[in-house]
Amino acid sequence: MTDAALELSHGEHADHHDVKPLRKTAMWVFLGSECVFFGAMISTFLLYRNSTNDAPGVEIFDIPFTSASSFILLMSSLTMVLAHNAFENKDMRQTRIWLIGTALLGSTFLAGQIFEFTEFIHKGLTLPASPFGSAFYMLTGFHGMHVAVGVMLLAAMAILTLNGRLYEDRGLNVELVGLYWHFVDIVWIVIFTVVYLLQI
Amino acid sequence: MTTTAEPQVIRSPGPRGIWGWITTVDHKRIGLLYGVSAGVFFFIGGLEALLVRTQLFGPNLEVLSADAYNQLFTMHGLTMVFLVVMPIAAAFTNYFLPILIGARDVAFPRLNAFSYWLFLFSGLLIYSSFVMGGSPDGAWVGYAPLSTQLTEVVRMDYWTIGLQLLGVASIAASANFIATVFTMRAPGMTMLRMPVFAWMSLVVAFLLIFSLPSVAIGLFQLFLDRNFGGLFYAAAAGGDPLLWQHLFWIFGHPEVYVLILPAMGIVSEVLPTFARKPLFGYPFVVFSGAAIGFIGFGVWSHHMFTSGMGPLAEAGFGVATMIIAVPTGVKIFNWIGTIWGGKITFNTPMLFSVAFIAMFVIGGLSGVTHAVVPSDTQQHDTYYVVAHFHYVLFGGAIFGYVSGVYYWFPKWTGRVLNETLGKIHFWLALIGFNLTFGPMHILGLNGMPRRTYRYPEGLGWANWNSVATIGAYLILVAFLVFVWNIVRTHFLAKGERVGNDPWDGRTLEWTIPSPPPVHNFDEVPVVHALDDFWHQKYAEDEEGRAVRMPALAGGAVTVDKATGGGDEGEHLDIHMPSPSYYPVLSSLGLVILGAGLIYLPWGFIAVGVGTAVTMWGLFGWSLEPITKEH
Amino acid sequence: MHLHRRNRNRVTRLLLGVPLAAVAACSGSGPQSALEPGGPIARDIDNLWDLVFWMATGVAIFVSALLVWVIWRYRARPGDDREPRQVHGSSFIEVGGVVFSVVLLAIISVPTVRGLLDVRQIPTGPDVIQIQVTGHQWWWEFEYVDEVAGDGRTLITANELHIPEDRTVNLTMTSADVIHSFWVPTVNGKRDVVPGRTTNLTLIADDPTPPGQPIPGQCAEFCGLAHADMRIKLHVHTAADYETWVDSQLAPSPTPVEDTVEAAGWETFNAVCTTCHQVTLEDADGEIVTYGPERHIAADGFEFRSSFGPNLTHLYSRGTFGSGTFTLDRDHLSQWIDNPQALKPMNPDANDLATGRVLGMPDLGLTVDEIAEVVSLLETWR
Repeated sequence: MTDAALELSHGEHADHHDVKPLRKTAMWVFLGSECVFFGAMISTFLLYRNSTNDAPGVEIFDIPFTSASSFILLMSSLTMVLAHNAFENKDMRQTRIWLIGTALLGSTFLAGQIFEFTEFIHKGLTLPASPFGSAFYMLTGFHGMHVAVGVMLLAAMAILTLNGRLYEDRGLNVELVGLYWHFVDIVWIVIFTVVYLLQI
Repeated sequence: MTTTAEPQVIRSPGPRGIWGWITTVDHKRIGLLYGVSAGVFFFIGGLEALLVRTQLFGPNLEVLSADAYNQLFTMHGLTMVFLVVMPIAAAFTNYFLPILIGARDVAFPRLNAFSYWLFLFSGLLIYSSFVMGGSPDGAWVGYAPLSTQLTEVVRMDYWTIGLQLLGVASIAASANFIATVFTMRAPGMTMLRMPVFAWMSLVVAFLLIFSLPSVAIGLFQLFLDRNFGGLFYAAAAGGDPLLWQHLFWIFGHPEVYVLILPAMGIVSEVLPTFARKPLFGYPFVVFSGAAIGFIGFGVWSHHMFTSGMGPLAEAGFGVATMIIAVPTGVKIFNWIGTIWGGKITFNTPMLFSVAFIAMFVIGGLSGVTHAVVPSDTQQHDTYYVVAHFHYVLFGGAIFGYVSGVYYWFPKWTGRVLNETLGKIHFWLALIGFNLTFGPMHILGLNGMPRRTYRYPEGLGWANWNSVATIGAYLILVAFLVFVWNIVRTHFLAKGERVGNDPWDGRTLEWTIPSPPPVHNFDEVPVVHALDDFWHQKYAEDEEGRAVRMPALAGGAVTVDKATGGGDEGEHLDIHMPSPSYYPVLSSLGLVILGAGLIYLPWGFIAVGVGTAVTMWGLFGWSLEPITKEH
Repeated sequence: MHLHRRNRNRVTRLLLGVPLAAVAACSGSGPQSALEPGGPIARDIDNLWDLVFWMATGVAIFVSALLVWVIWRYRARPGDDREPRQVHGSSFIEVGGVVFSVVLLAIISVPTVRGLLDVRQIPTGPDVIQIQVTGHQWWWEFEYVDEVAGDGRTLITANELHIPEDRTVNLTMTSADVIHSFWVPTVNGKRDVVPGRTTNLTLIADDPTPPGQPIPGQCAEFCGLAHADMRIKLHVHTAADYETWVDSQLAPSPTPVEDTVEAAGWETFNAVCTTCHQVTLEDADGEIVTYGPERHIAADGFEFRSSFGPNLTHLYSRGTFGSGTFTLDRDHLSQWIDNPQALKPMNPDANDLATGRVLGMPDLGLTVDEIAEVVSLLETWR
């Protein structure tokens, strides 16, 4: 019972005793900002989609492989929902299991991305190879970084369940990280469609 | 902090003195920190401008080398936009947004501290470039590929990294303000009972949230081009330099409104107070502010009318730019409507607010001439544009903020600034300002381009340039008077002490002591109307004239005094967040990381250290209880 | 076209917007002023500006007068204890304000869009003089693509642009490095010169310029160190004079006769200067040789013939050098060759010809004698 925000809005007349709206508002605002962030990178990619110079272009993509890793990332949204559900039911063991599951799926996706990048670099598609390469690595790289941050947050929360320090009212809470994680997934769906699938 | 006569505020006894300021999470202290930092940067940026003006006093002068000139005008723009006007707006927002909506602090006090320290450290990082081989010299807009040209190895990296970090600070602050407005208003404080300043702060926060990511991407691209062989802006390899201009101005144009809207908010508070009338057309003023913000996202390309976008795009953006003049005009008519029929007293805050309107009208109208695309092809990138945006940002924004300083100074310190000095400041500033920037209209129309370190004889520019330079020194004198006024009033304690409500104000900040207690309100106020405090003091007679209500005839009345001592037990648990050094630590870590990025590859050491420090700060932060257990 | 010429003093007009009447005597418009148009396009723009200026001035005067009247009329007066009426607003005035501004803006927007479409039209046809412009840090290169010599060379010159009066000239422009902006205010507005792209600008000038008094212009987009010294001189000729000029420029300059000062200068020149500069000479046998590096810059399907420094074939036909910054005479030129950066701020240490990057002329380390010989040589290239 230590959150100041709760105390701040405290008062006989105050009708918002809950801190969740505060943090959720801020998280939604942040995600709105992130939309523009990825939007700018996706626009850049579309602009440079055909500026491949002598380096490989979209034909280098291994669609089945990336589809598989995309599927894995999508499944992690499901496990995230399960984690949140378990947390709402105050079942810390289940919460921990699903959190770790989500983190593992996320890591698998990252591993796939690293593998993919290595392949591409091998075939001559590097960041300095062409504007296409620059735009591709920047977009997918920043998304990968978002996934990596998410994995770290999930892991941190899983650890916190161990010593019972995972509270709803702390900065690290399952619902907020869940929002973030779903957002990162949705962005990937857009990126996968625009970068890998779209034939222009 | 607390006395027995007042309600008990529970806050773990934080450190005093300088460490107390460093670890503070009090929105009022953070507001003051923002204000003082912005003031110092204002003088640095002003001195840069004076050097620039001195060099331009006559044709072919050699006061500055071209290299020094380019650094100084770049840093002048960068400083005034990011280290002066934005933080001074943040200062007012921090200090007054929670009070105006009846809250005890912002939504996330530690995030607030983080934003401030990140802003300050980023500013210092950018300025450290002066001793590290030269400051950024590619203009504040940093057009690619000039900004990716690796002639001076790190100068423009200070700019890409510094702006990036400032952007993070602004995003954090904006999310914080939005959450504050949406969730922490006092009971009865509906959105349409919020003071206009609170509204404008909200609009600004949204503008930053949705515009900053665009320039962030652009800056990352420039950084990759400069340091990792990226080809985003390498024309020879198929990169497109215009991409940067789009990404920059999608941010840059809303940014203009970020700079001016809070000043408009302040003017909308000052005018009703000194005209003793409510703001004319409050909902129109609010919605025109929101409309300006919204349309502001659709006009960015009017900064690029000469870049070759094609006539269709140019026509569209030209007309959109004209449309934005409509809500702006609405604001001006409403301000005049506010003082029309009032009973106006001309204290210094009022003088600056009225001057704001007059100067902003000129700046706004010269802005409309830019929307006329063919004519803009003559004015673009000339001193005419310099004149235009200084009328908007100096005669507009800065005058508005100075008005705010005179208006709220008694609330900060309990002492009112000296009126005589204030009037000297005002007239010197007004005359100096017009002498400096008025002639620039003519210079621009007569063909003088911006960002030129010298000009030849025979083009008819010399005399007006001399006038402008003399005006600039007058501005310096004006603001020295201002500083002396502040020093004399507050630090030498010679200012007249005033009560809680020196101007017979209208909004909640005047109900609480000056300076306010750490928890702002002993009792969270219940709001019944727009300008609630005024309506506590005044009723209207059958003619619609204000009549002072006898019960509160004594003027400044605070709620707690009325409740008496018997209720003390009820107030006992006002918990305020404890001081924390994690915000400072996290922001310091980020800036170390940023500094490392400037000096790659060996800067990777600093990147590692910075990351570790940031992580330490963030984890400590998220696990630290906000209020210490008692 | 000549009939439309106006020559008003615009300064008085400007002062209405700027409260500075006291110092009015200090200023004339000057030769680089957008307010003194010397061609039909600039005049159209100026007419549009006139319309907008007067409307804006009208609004400014109206609002300012209203403001002054209101603060005077409603100032607090001693002895008046009555409080003001608490008026909260008026939808009538709000709607009126909106309608008022919309009408004014509509009046401006129609000629804006029409003028815009005119200004942006790219002229075509056999009568149009086609010139390709390359912006460099910090000088201009002009290639007259339709003026071809017998051996296939096109006419190339630098910094001083020559056009005939009353003819439509189409500039197709690109940049060799960063963004520049081509601007001669008296004939048209400015147009950015962007690497990797081409942009167009139409020039039409009314009258021939007096000899030695070209129309000034300059780069208007910040392009680094010597941005201020990236100037343009526009010479306008009668049709006949223009033809003469073209013919003289297409002809090669003479190779110096052996055992003269000029020949000594040529030895130095050929060893040092031709690293960056091109020059086309005709020797005693009538053989025409172009010395110096040739560079091609491609953008939008156009090919821009270029080099690393200005073409010097007819250097002494120009009145200025250093991109229109310095009077071309023996003294200035000697100083320049001795230490270019003393005259104009540049950054030649960053030059890298292999990647095509040139940021100005380096200090060549020539002796005083060598410089004198080179200057003597250049003086023969008229």
